[in-house]
Amino acid sequence: MSKQYETVIGLEVHVELATKTKIFCGCSTEFGGAPNTHTCPVCTGQPGSLPVLNKQVVEYAMAIGVATNCDITPICKFDRKNYFYPDNPQNYQISQLYLPIAHDGYVEIEINGKKKKVRIHEMHMEEDAGKLIHDEWTNSSLVDYNRSGVPLVEIVSEPDMRNADEVMAYLEKLRLIIQYLGASDAKLHEGSMRADVNLSVREVGTEEFGTRTEMKNLNSFKAIARAIEGETKRQIELIEDGRKVVQETRRWDDNKESSHAMRSKEDAKDYRYFPEPDLVPISISKEWISEIKEKQPELREEKLARYKEEFEIPKYDAEILTGSKHLADIFEETTKLSGKPKKVSNWLMVEGLRLVKENNMEMEDIHFKPASLAIIIDLVDKGEINNQVAKEVFELVFKEDIDPEKYIEEKGLKSVNDTDELKKVVEEIIANNPKSVEDYHNGKEKAIGFLVGQTMKAMKGKANPGIVNKLLKELL
Amino acid sequence: MSNHISDETIEYVGILAQLDLNEEEKVKAKEDMEQMLEYIDTLNELDTEGIEPKTHISDTTNVFREDVVTNGDGSDDVLANAPLKKDEYLSVPKTIG
Repeated sequence: MSKQYETVIGLEVHVELATKTKIFCGCSTEFGGAPNTHTCPVCTGQPGSLPVLNKQVVEYAMAIGVATNCDITPICKFDRKNYFYPDNPQNYQISQLYLPIAHDGYVEIEINGKKKKVRIHEMHMEEDAGKLIHDEWTNSSLVDYNRSGVPLVEIVSEPDMRNADEVMAYLEKLRLIIQYLGASDAKLHEGSMRADVNLSVREVGTEEFGTRTEMKNLNSFKAIARAIEGETKRQIELIEDGRKVVQETRRWDDNKESSHAMRSKEDAKDYRYFPEPDLVPISISKEWISEIKEKQPELREEKLARYKEEFEIPKYDAEILTGSKHLADIFEETTKLSGKPKKVSNWLMVEGLRLVKENNMEMEDIHFKPASLAIIIDLVDKGEINNQVAKEVFELVFKEDIDPEKYIEEKGLKSVNDTDELKKVVEEIIANNPKSVEDYHNGKEKAIGFLVGQTMKAMKGKANPGIVNKLLKELL
Repeated sequence: MSNHISDETIEYVGILAQLDLNEEEKVKAKEDMEQMLEYIDTLNELDTEGIEPKTHISDTTNVFREDVVTNGDGSDDVLANAPLKKDEYLSVPKTIG
C-alpha cells in the first residue's frame, strides 16, 4: 500500500437510564420480568393512550449534559421518528431531532499522557424498543414489550476520533461520568450502554471526509476494537481497488469478525420526523440547571485528585479504585471505619482484584460488608490473627459475606500469642529436625524458614509467625 | 398543476408507509397528495415574517410525572389484543433483528 490512510470515527452511544419507571408511563423498568408483564396501553402503542414524561429522565439527561460540558437547550421538545418494525408498537419512536436537550459539549480523553478533546454534537432523550426473539419452531418472531419505553439518551459525538484506542478512552470516560452520576450502570456487555460506530477513511492530509458507514451490534470493548480494524481495512481495500464505499448501515458479527450490510428498516432513510403532538415542550430554566449542578456528585477526576491528596496511595491504585464507582464506595466506606486507607487499598488491590479475576466478576458484583474488611484489618494489626488466616477469612467474606469475628471464633483461628505454649512446640520441632538445626548452625540462615514452617504447621497456621521466629532464634 | 407527484414518489411513499397499492389506488393517492400540497401552498402565501415557529397550540410546558411505578402486570390486556401469540409473547412474521 503506497498511500497513507487515516480513519475518522464518530460514535453514537445509547445509554439506558437508571429510572424506576419507563419514560412515558408508570411501568417498571426492572430486568427479568416475565415477557410483557411490564406493559400498559402507553408503551404498547394502544390508540388513545397518552404519554406523560418522567421528570427523572429529564434530570438524568441534564446531569449528563452538564457533566459533558454541553449547553442545555432552554426549550426542547420531542419528535416522532416513523418506521415500521414489530419491536416498535406505535410505528414511531418518540425521540428528539430538532431541539435535543443538550448540544455542543466535549469530554477530555488521555492517551499515553496526551490529552485530547472529543466533541459532543448533541444528546437527546428517546424511548427504547421492545425485544424480538426468533422462534425456530414456528419460524416466527416473538415480541416482548417489557423494554419498550425504557428511557435512553443518545450521545452523538463529532468525528473526532482516529483509532480504536481513542474510541475506548472516550467510551470509558462516558461510562465513568454516567456511572458516577448514578444515571445508568452503563455496561456495554449487558446492553445498558450501546455504541454505533460511524467510520470513514481518507488519505492523510485530506481535509474532506470519506464516505462513512455505520456499524451496529457492538457489545463489548473488544468487539468495537475489532470492528474498527475490520471496517478500516475493508474501506481501504475498496478504495485501493478503485471502487466506492457505499453509505450504509452494517451489522458487525464478532464471531466471524466481519460485517455485512443490513437491509429492511435501515434502508428507510426517510423517517419523516415531525413534532410529537402528545407531549408539550420542556422549558429548562437557569435555576433548574443550577439545581442539577449543585446536586452533581464528586466525579471521577475530582475523586482521583482527592485520593492523591487525602490518602497517599499510589496513583495506579487510586486509578483502579476510582475506575469503578462501586469499588471506590467500598474503599471509602472501609477506610472510614478503619482509618487505614493504605491497608484498605492494599487488601482491595491485591486480594480483592485477585478474587474478582478468579471468579470472572465485574467490580460491580462485589458485595461484602465494608465493616467486615475493617474488622479483619484491625485483627491483623492487633496480632490476633496472622496474615494467612486473614486471607482465608477475607476470601469467605468476599464470597459469602460471612461474619469474620464469628467465623474466627468458631473455627478457633485466633493466633496463639502465648509464648509458653509456643515455646513447647518450638522445642519439639527443634528436637525433631536435627538436620535443619545443624544447617542453621553451619550458617544456612534459610533453614530457619523451614523450622518456622514446621511450627506453623504443627500449630495449624494459628501461631504468630513473628513470635515463632523470635523463639526459634533464641532457642537455637 | 404545480405539485406533480411522480410515479417514483408515490412508489417510494408507498414503501415507507408499507402500503401495497394497486394501479387504481396509486392514481387516487397521487391526486390526494397533490391536493394536500396545494393546501400547503395556500398556507405558504401567508406572510409569517417575524413569527416564531410553534409546534403546539397551547403554551403549556413541563408536564411531568414522578418516577414512581404505578402500573402492574398488563400482559393479559396486551396479549388479548394480539392477533397471534405464543406463550407469553406476541407472535409476528419472522423478522431479522
